[in-house]
Amino acid sequence: MVAEEGRKLYLKIDATDRMKQLMTEYYIDAKGAEGTDRPICWITSGGPVEFLIAMDVIPIYPENHGAMCGASKMGVQLAEVAEGLGFSGDLCSYARLDIGSAITHGGPIGGLPRPDFLLCCNNICGTVQKWYEELARYFEVPMFLMDTPFIHKTTYEHATEYVRKQCLELVAFLEEQTGREFSLERFAEVAMLSVEGIELWKEVLKTAEHRPSPLTCFDAFIHMALIVTLRGTPEVVEYYRLLKGEMEKRIENGISAVPEEKHRLIWDNIPIWFEMRNLGQLFARNNTCLVADTYTTAWAIDIKIDDPLTSMADAYTGIYLNISIDLMFEKLLALIERFSADGVVMHSNRSCKPYSLGQYDLARMVTERTGKPVLMIEADMTDSRAYSEAQVRDRVEAFIESFP
Amino acid sequence: MTVAGVDIGSNTAKAVIMDNGDILATSLIMTGHQSRLAGRRALDLALREAGLEEGDIALIVATGYGRLTTDFTDQKVTEITCHAKGAHSVQPEARTVIDLGGQDSKVIAVGENGKVVDFVMNDKCAAGTGRFLEVMAAALEIELDNMGEVSLESESPASISSVCTVFAESEVVSRVAEGTNKMDIVAGIHQAIASRIYAMTVRVPFKEKVIMTGGVARNIGVVRALEKRLETSLVVPEMPQHMGALGAAIIAEERAGA
Ligand code: SF4
Repeated sequence: MVAEEGRKLYLKIDATDRMKQLMTEYYIDAKGAEGTDRPICWITSGGPVEFLIAMDVIPIYPENHGAMCGASKMGVQLAEVAEGLGFSGDLCSYARLDIGSAITHGGPIGGLPRPDFLLCCNNICGTVQKWYEELARYFEVPMFLMDTPFIHKTTYEHATEYVRKQCLELVAFLEEQTGREFSLERFAEVAMLSVEGIELWKEVLKTAEHRPSPLTCFDAFIHMALIVTLRGTPEVVEYYRLLKGEMEKRIENGISAVPEEKHRLIWDNIPIWFEMRNLGQLFARNNTCLVADTYTTAWAIDIKIDDPLTSMADAYTGIYLNISIDLMFEKLLALIERFSADGVVMHSNRSCKPYSLGQYDLARMVTERTGKPVLMIEADMTDSRAYSEAQVRDRVEAFIESFP
Repeated sequence: MTVAGVDIGSNTAKAVIMDNGDILATSLIMTGHQSRLAGRRALDLALREAGLEEGDIALIVATGYGRLTTDFTDQKVTEITCHAKGAHSVQPEARTVIDLGGQDSKVIAVGENGKVVDFVMNDKCAAGTGRFLEVMAAALEIELDNMGEVSLESESPASISSVCTVFAESEVVSRVAEGTNKMDIVAGIHQAIASRIYAMTVRVPFKEKVIMTGGVARNIGVVRALEKRLETSLVVPEMPQHMGALGAAIIAEERAGA
């Protein structure tokens, strides 16, 4: 049954203003650095940004920018530019719209500042490697590839060593590019701040264990921007402290994110950026809170301070998209249990093959093991041409109607 | 107590009026481009047939894609829940509902109580839907309603390997050009649909009995092809297109009584 709209379906999080301010400052600063002697590096979302921060290099995340373009509903027009150049419509839409934006300076902020070099880590997918090679050709800048072996069952010492050695090569690469010297001390400091930010972020997400939950995964998708782009800086630590405080206040005052939380679900895969608002309201209207997701927790990695390079190598190798289905299943099960979820919503994302391949197996495994239902919705994170609102609304409502 | 269920689909709008479990009247019209009006007209038609006025109806439940645009209905429920309900009422032993409508196809696993246990729907694709058959009928220049009978005469169905409507259409055109019999081509089309639906049935806990609903259930060729592919017989209710509206009316009865 659908909730009467007595209370607003969406409660604004006050901290959002501060986050927007930080993100705006970050982009203004980065755009201002273009053409100056302050180096800019484009980096993949799973890349080890701590090295860049420690070397005072400005990190730029095309994927975060892609999400922004998607949320501003500009994804299609930018993707079409790339398609016009011959890039396949089956290529990840982040790659397509990033290429489109690089060429046209299109998007909500008029494109990204030109990179001086690129850092690509293939722990999220193989697509990024080809995409960054394309960028390297287009901008005529060097690219560093960090190769992280896929984890089938467990990590091996030689694999960790392989990645750790690449961290050292990365340091040499950065020293050469910037003409600056790497300081392990400064790096440890950044890693420490990164850990602190990550810990706080985990605690923010943990508040959703409370019933009713003070936040939904749709909130988490927005508020993750800082942990992705600026972890390792003091601002991030300060911000998540603020956000955590606000969530704890909500719990204290009995305020829930969804007016009447009856059902709790887990979200799997990247958000559908252009549809977040509608989806959030659709679930809220049906008294359902998406309490956790496999996406924002991907940034909840562990880095140990005593041996930052080795633990960095392990952390970046072990992220969600670089592990087997069996290991993903364990993580998903843990989320279902920890957040007392009644089921799972899987976004089968046309763009993101590593995230979407195997979802039907995962879904079956979840239902077999827990008896909990899984809903599959087909979409794309930024390409709205692959989305049918009426069909998704139908599936979501029918799914929720089937709950006891 | 008298209640109504209105199902506004992409192709047709249906209404069912019920009184204490008995069906008083039903209606079916083409949806056209204004789904809101179609629902209204379907309801009016059924009311007229039953000799009733809207004021006599205790509760109206809307379902189908057009349900959200209606303003004359009291409650809205998805057609997945309604089809399960409707199918369960005519065949309580049914555990799987295959619904092939104008614009989408779905396979629903139903519990003993008529509630949805699990379901899959086709993604943004017309293959296996009424729309698919319409396109094929046009390509073959035969009447949609004759396809079923025509295909039963085939002894060696042509192979239509593509499940994509656009590709399948060009396959059909080339089969025609090759001089393949129309009945074999139609039988091949039905087999293609059956294999598409089969792929969906393996994604839900598929159990017998299987009931088929939606407009495509009126095509005996598809029914036979599915039975062969699924290796089980299908129950086709008398009014397969009305199962959604019937389910909506039953839900209206439950809710009005509660
Ligand atoms: S394919 Fe997936 S992991 Fe790779 S860049 Fe695209 S969205 Fe990210």
